[in-house]
Amino acid sequence: MGAGHGHRLHFHGHSPVHRAPAHLKVLALLGFMLVVVATPRQAYAVFAPWAAVLLGVVALSRVPVRYLLPRMVVEVPFVVFAVLMPFIAHGPQTEVLGVSVSEPGLVAGVALLIKGTIGVLASLTLAATTEPQDLIRGLQRLRTPDLVVQIMGFMIRYLDVVTAELGRMMTALRSRGCDPRSPRHWPVLARSLGALFIRSYERGERVHLAMLSRGYDGRLPQSGEVR
Amino acid sequence: MTTPVLDVRGLAFAYPDGHQALFGVDLHVHRGERVALLGPNGAGKTTLVLHLNGILAAGRGSVTVSGLPVAKEHLKEIRRRVGIVFQDPDDQLFLGTVRQDVAFGPANLGLKGAALDRRVMDALDRVGMADFVDRPPHHLSYGQRRRVAVATVLAMEPEILVLDEPSSNLDPASRRELADILRSLDVTVLMVTHDLPYALELCPRSIVLSEGVVVADRPTFDVLTDDELMSAHRLELPWGFDPRRIDSLPR
Repeated sequence: MGAGHGHRLHFHGHSPVHRAPAHLKVLALLGFMLVVVATPRQAYAVFAPWAAVLLGVVALSRVPVRYLLPRMVVEVPFVVFAVLMPFIAHGPQTEVLGVSVSEPGLVAGVALLIKGTIGVLASLTLAATTEPQDLIRGLQRLRTPDLVVQIMGFMIRYLDVVTAELGRMMTALRSRGCDPRSPRHWPVLARSLGALFIRSYERGERVHLAMLSRGYDGRLPQSGEVR
Repeated sequence: MTTPVLDVRGLAFAYPDGHQALFGVDLHVHRGERVALLGPNGAGKTTLVLHLNGILAAGRGSVTVSGLPVAKEHLKEIRRRVGIVFQDPDDQLFLGTVRQDVAFGPANLGLKGAALDRRVMDALDRVGMADFVDRPPHHLSYGQRRRVAVATVLAMEPEILVLDEPSSNLDPASRRELADILRSLDVTVLMVTHDLPYALELCPRSIVLSEGVVVADRPTFDVLTDDELMSAHRLELPWGFDPRRIDSLPR
């Protein structure tokens, strides 16, 4: 139970992107994504400058590409779906490399790939250049409701605790001959995750008791008072 | 006789599922005392502790803190007077930085601005964690988190500090550091513990709770050397530890 550094998404640095205020970065990300998503599917020439802007920001932030690339694995389910779309969609058929696929499906799949990749990379860049606490403060400045901000704060605080508990459960599973990666053991894995949920729920109750013991009366102290 | 800081009379409590945890507990703690609460697992120690700040409501009997009864209308003041440090520091450090966690209690009491900052730094100084004020809790070691948890309660300036298993899971050095901190504090202490040498080291007086009643309330040395009492209530001294061989007992 040593001191850990749980920032798996944050990449420490001092670039202009790192130093920019969090609320501006959030607004920039939102605006950028709205523009990308609003771009018509087949306007491929327009996606190129968006991608160039994004890659420019990544370069400016000095976050290595080999740091961001493995974390883009979160996109995989969408990539799989995008690849399947030409095959499962209806409509006029066209030929690609000798295979007959749906043309609307092909167009939609390509658009999903492009917009999804740009979106994931942009979000990862924001996460890599912004400390979680600053991100929360940025959201507060953007007038996000207090309750939402507090819930996110608790989530960030306890994410590492819960994943550490999950890690310990997985170690115990493996030590007893059960490999979570093998489909044969997935029912056990599912039950372990259920147990983890219950434990986390009970921890939530204990945290509530601790809050009550320190005078919590239903309202969290205003953000201005608790820096 | 002055008003006891903690006065528990005839406290009885049964859980909603029918399990009777306390059968009429009487105990008192006076200002400046350090008292250990000993007893086997399942004796009702944690249940008793939860009554001290009104988290559980007594079925019968009463709890009074410096003359103020523990009742719904006084809960805020009771929770300021009785500072409970629970066993798992991760349950008590729930905000983003040490500063925010230590400030949580006093902020709920209405402190703001510079007064709040002073209270936070003062509490952290007393546990030796002032340098870590802006760190997130998960960047601290277990022993450090324990100390910050104590600070979160000290910041409310309680009249009695109630600790639930303070030495559990601490390495020997952290254990000693915590003992030094507790000795240096000028506050009444009630310590629930299984760690009998720790109880002897820090608490001149011990109360033994077993099966929901108090079975002994004497100097710790007398409890630990009463073999009959110890074996009747699943209390055992660690291997090699003999209280009679200790030259000078702490006062």
